[in-house]
Amino acid sequence: MQIDRYSRPAIAMHWLVALLIVGGFALGLYVADLPLSPAKFKLIAWHKWIGITVLTLAVLRLVYRLVNGAPPLPESTQGLMRAAAHAGHLALYVLMFAIPLTGWAMSSAYGFPVVLFKLWQLPELVGRDEALGDLLKSVHQWLNWSMAACVAGHVAAAFKHHFVDRDGLLWRMSPHAQRR
Amino acid sequence: MRLITALTLATLPVLALAQPIDAAKSQIGFTMKQLNVPVDGRFKAFNANIDFDPAKAAAGRADITIQTGSIALPTRDAEGEAKKKEWFNTTQFPTARFVTSSIKPLGGDRYQFSGKLTIKGTTRDVSAPFTAKSTGGQTLVEGVLPISRTAYKIGEGEWADDGTVADAVQIKFKVALNGK
Repeated sequence: MQIDRYSRPAIAMHWLVALLIVGGFALGLYVADLPLSPAKFKLIAWHKWIGITVLTLAVLRLVYRLVNGAPPLPESTQGLMRAAAHAGHLALYVLMFAIPLTGWAMSSAYGFPVVLFKLWQLPELVGRDEALGDLLKSVHQWLNWSMAACVAGHVAAAFKHHFVDRDGLLWRMSPHAQRR
Repeated sequence: MRLITALTLATLPVLALAQPIDAAKSQIGFTMKQLNVPVDGRFKAFNANIDFDPAKAAAGRADITIQTGSIALPTRDAEGEAKKKEWFNTTQFPTARFVTSSIKPLGGDRYQFSGKLTIKGTTRDVSAPFTAKSTGGQTLVEGVLPISRTAYKIGEGEWADDGTVADAVQIKFKVALNGK
């Protein structure tokens, strides 16, 4: 059975964002409890740059998807599973925006603005307020654990299709076409 | 009565030298940069003995003592760090001091001061332009003094490397003098 694949740009952006999300998540988790040091400042800067890059790519992906659409879900996915698949993808998109935005706002609230790649200072999303920064930090962390859960579900569902249902679903998002 | 006389005598020499300052409109702050991210701070407690009449600028003088422990930074974490031995070492050096050696007019409302700045036991000659604007019985003195933080050993050990926290720090002062 030959199924519709995602387009090359969609595949490239998917994997690039996947890599950045995993990297940014791990970096954020590691750096959160580090004592202050020059290394911590550097890692936080990289974490922020990764987040803003994800946000930028999320905008591109959303626009691209709205313009070009996405291949339909496999015929075998029906009813509740179809709804769950759509909800899961919607959640991933919402989090791709919400996580960088809360991180950015948290930087503004804490008074450590984001200077992307040491070059461009981004505007402040909220005023200076340490208590608001603490709140945004909690929300940012909570959203990240939600993202981890969604990504786990996303990967589990893809594997279930590919290895249990054997419907070749992973080829939809593979950089290489299925060998026949 | 005797108490009042004693108090008057005790405060008289200070009053004779210095103009009272409007604390609400006066501020000694600074901006440092870490990986090009501007971070603002200030010192909440300082005593300013200033005698400055824009018409007789050359006769003006200032002696400012700053309580280093009153440092305010965007977060409590950063404040705690700044008080440590590697930074201001506020236990051993509770005050920083600035004393003018000369003031000269540059024309208009602009002036240049030269003086000695002592931070963390290190004294350096400093000089910077400032403005003095008189309105409604008050003179607002304002300027920026760029310094090298490492010249005063602010940020020792791993922090001495200016690759993360830049060496250049801008001290921003604003003092509202009552009278004249």
